[in-house]
Amino acid sequence: MADGGIGAPTKRREDVRFLTGHGSYTDDYTPNHTTYCAFARSLVANGKINGIDTSAAEAMPGVVAVFTGDDFTEVGGNPAGWAINSRDGEPMKEPKRPVLAHGKVRHVGDAYAAVVAETLEQALDAVEAIEADIEELDAVIDMADALANSSNLVHDEIGTNQCFDWGWIEDNRAATDEAIKNAPHVTTLELVNNRLVPNAMEPRASIGEYNPGSGDYKLTTTSQNPHLTRLLISAFVMGIPENKLTVHAPDVGGGFGSKIYHYGEEALVLAAAKKLGRPVKWTSTRTEAFLTDAHGRDHVTKIELACEKDGTFIAFRTETMANVGAYLSNFSTATPTFLHGTLMAGNYTVPNVYVNVKAVFTNTAPVDAYRGAGRPEATFSLERVIDKCARELGMDPVAIRRKNFVQPDQYPFASAAGLEYDSGNYPALMDGLEKVADLSGFEARRKESEARGRLRGLGINSYIEACGIAPSNLVGVLGSRVGLYDAATVRVNATGSISVMVGAHSHGQGHETAFPQVVADLLGVDPMSVEIVHGDTSKIPFGMGTYGSRSLAVCGSAVYRATEKIITKATLIAAHMMDEAPDKVDFEDGIFSVAGTNKTVGFGDVALKAYIPHEFPIEEIEPGLEETAFYDPANFTYPSGAYACEVEVDPETGKVDICSMVAMDDFGTVVNPMIVTGQVQGGLAQGIGQALLEHGIYDENGQLLSGSLMDYAMPRADDLPNVVVDHSHATRCTHNPIGVKGCGEAGAIGSPPTVVNAVVDALQRGGHNVEHIDMPVSPARVWEAINR
Amino acid sequence: MYNFEFSKPETIQDAVEAMKSDGAQALGGGQTLLPTMKQRLASPESLVSLCGVAEMVGVCEDDAGNLSVGGATSHAQVADQAAKSYPALAALAANIGDPAVRNRGTIGGSLANNDPAACYPAAALGSGASIITNTREIAADDYFTGMFETALAEDEIITSVRFPVPQAANYQKFDQPASRFALVGVFVAKYADGVRVAVTGASNGGVFRWSEAEAALGGDFSAAAVSGLGAPSGDMIEDLHGSGAYRAHLVGVLTRRAVEACGG
Repeated sequence: MADGGIGAPTKRREDVRFLTGHGSYTDDYTPNHTTYCAFARSLVANGKINGIDTSAAEAMPGVVAVFTGDDFTEVGGNPAGWAINSRDGEPMKEPKRPVLAHGKVRHVGDAYAAVVAETLEQALDAVEAIEADIEELDAVIDMADALANSSNLVHDEIGTNQCFDWGWIEDNRAATDEAIKNAPHVTTLELVNNRLVPNAMEPRASIGEYNPGSGDYKLTTTSQNPHLTRLLISAFVMGIPENKLTVHAPDVGGGFGSKIYHYGEEALVLAAAKKLGRPVKWTSTRTEAFLTDAHGRDHVTKIELACEKDGTFIAFRTETMANVGAYLSNFSTATPTFLHGTLMAGNYTVPNVYVNVKAVFTNTAPVDAYRGAGRPEATFSLERVIDKCARELGMDPVAIRRKNFVQPDQYPFASAAGLEYDSGNYPALMDGLEKVADLSGFEARRKESEARGRLRGLGINSYIEACGIAPSNLVGVLGSRVGLYDAATVRVNATGSISVMVGAHSHGQGHETAFPQVVADLLGVDPMSVEIVHGDTSKIPFGMGTYGSRSLAVCGSAVYRATEKIITKATLIAAHMMDEAPDKVDFEDGIFSVAGTNKTVGFGDVALKAYIPHEFPIEEIEPGLEETAFYDPANFTYPSGAYACEVEVDPETGKVDICSMVAMDDFGTVVNPMIVTGQVQGGLAQGIGQALLEHGIYDENGQLLSGSLMDYAMPRADDLPNVVVDHSHATRCTHNPIGVKGCGEAGAIGSPPTVVNAVVDALQRGGHNVEHIDMPVSPARVWEAINR
Repeated sequence: MYNFEFSKPETIQDAVEAMKSDGAQALGGGQTLLPTMKQRLASPESLVSLCGVAEMVGVCEDDAGNLSVGGATSHAQVADQAAKSYPALAALAANIGDPAVRNRGTIGGSLANNDPAACYPAAALGSGASIITNTREIAADDYFTGMFETALAEDEIITSVRFPVPQAANYQKFDQPASRFALVGVFVAKYADGVRVAVTGASNGGVFRWSEAEAALGGDFSAAAVSGLGAPSGDMIEDLHGSGAYRAHLVGVLTRRAVEACGG
């Protein structure tokens, strides 16, 4: 292995520029003659646009152009990327999502006009001068009301507020119903998975440019997947040929899912740039981010767990209402279905699983994938009801899980929710957790807390998720309208330095450090001689970007395959240089050699020969040393874990303090343990944020009550414990060349039920008959649960 | 943000003059006003910064044992300079916002704004402080007139605040989880002639004195004295962070904890 190859905890090289102010973000880019764009956004949740008078705005100082929905009636809508069929076979409802609202505004923040001016202040002044006659209508907010009320609609043209009514697996429905009907014990729990506002540190921003001389467009934007954005704009929204449109996502300050999607602002700045012949820049304010970034979660679920008296699981059945907001964001239909229902068997050998999801339009911001995307919702429902079941049966929460675990000798394991788990060892994870979290010492710690007037509780959770998104053949059958492969080009330069162009986008994941470790490991070169190029569609092969904990498992595998091709070709060149047959040539630690001889040639010499091909067999080998691989995974990857959390509750105030959190994860091969630990720490912070603090909450009129950081509580350092992250209990992924599973979302998936389980445990041990508290488990909610 | 004129006088007299112009707005540390202006929710024609008035910055004690804090003194300066003379006040100042807020925000700005969840109003009312302006002295009991409302005239400047230093005092703040303003904050101060209890964060009327608790503690300065009291009545704030009943309950808990922290 090369120094700093796979397994090395190398420090992140990109942090030098991030921490010294040398990062280069979209808003840092201001081409010559840039104009500035500001949007007029709806103040009401549901309204009929009777007319928009832009004449006063157009006459304002510095105003270059004003756009309304009328200017975009000829272009396409922003499409849904995943088609879901209802239980009765009907396709989902897909109302058009226009660039600017037309006819109706459908959520607070919905943009109905845009001003482009010489300065941002002038644009903002002109936005205030737009006179919009918008007639406020009753808002559709509550999901149950939305489904029951067919007279008050978010989209009149579809005649319903229901997007789809999905069953998974529909063929299992009757058997599951029957199993629950006949089961000796059934535990039922109704719960809410709270809406989250992503709040990436860098708000969205987009700059459109158009070159009238060449007809080329360029979009610089905050994206997690520039090729997907280009595809959507080219194929659906604007019809710009892909070879005339460059999408560049430079440094991006966090995404968490919210920057996967194409947004109307991106189309608008491109259209405006074409019309004006000048660059057009828009940077979201924090308020706009709250109102218009795709939100996360927002499920209302009833789950039933049927089991034997000894705790053996018989069936899980869930009914969920999933809020999709006012419009379908690109993957909002995949998140509550195939990223959620397919995980509802958890880590367990349960034979019957049935999931019903009704997706509901409401007059709220669109909801889409957010760190974890469907799997946190599945894990939360399952792991909460399992805890309740254990309590009802008088069983230990660890024991009931162990009793139902898929065992290490059962892989590949076909889950009752339709996935094939390739590897894992859940008992070993639980063994590790019991030891590292010192579960046997809990009672002593509880007594110590009690002496201080605090209620201490222990929460346990085991989770599985599906990552490495995704096998294109499989997701195509399931309704995906895109492939989910990724791509890499490895370019060995003449003097031996290496550029690797990748389709994944790094916005906090550390690709610039981790991917070179894979290349260096294979080639036996210094990782610092390998540089990653990402984010610019004019430079990189067509990749599908970064989300779903997929980068290393899918794009990293493409890097691996392309590097293997490099070795194959370099071996031919080396064989020629040593005048030997290629099959006699070995390659190790960067040196080509021939066994039984003293012939050797270094990798750098081979690279030089490839580009200065003197005395070169050009009939047999092409000059140059550059290879591309597209990698499409054979299956999802299945990270899993066992988590433990201890909390103290102040029964007088309801305040919850997290005393400890242990995350025991199986990520398969770990390429850079330091980066993996950081990813889990970040995920835990977001999961604890969901559990205790964060809530995107609309009032009945569709106003976002928690629409600023004054009311939307983000986790801060002192809200978090010193977490313990352990990924030593690993089983390799069996179907990708590195053996990796993915770690980006695990913390956010595993921690929310762990925290809530701990809080309920604390209250129960304190003599309070509390079965559940919805997230966020705020002090007020805990106090109310105690005093109900 | 809309355009505005800006001046930074160096004496109280010049500041008073500057405040006479139409549309003038006094600017302390700007920790509320500037974000409001950035959101275009406020549009003063001219800002008169008071932070350049040297005589309005700093903490000192008078011969009668009162602590005097200049109106343009930052929270960080109070936290530092009042630590020995009035530790409860210094601790309160040290827990407002974050370091950036504490180094810009001023006591005069906080008291003039009178946010119903701010900390300083509880200290001023709980200490029976005097708000000293360029024209007069206002007793804290007369100063706080409602949510975001005070007895100040439009062009009046808080030049200093005079705190009688109590025998014992403590401020208990229960954070609103997002803003970390006080969801409820209770300031308890014990003086030779009685006990004052001031509550912030809880009421739609802004900071108020909890008279039942004051009466009970005046007779018996102990946690037990307030444990039996019902929650304070009044127009409690109801919002997504807690009901009125929860806030009223917290007033009782925090008052008791403040008394305990005072050694009572």
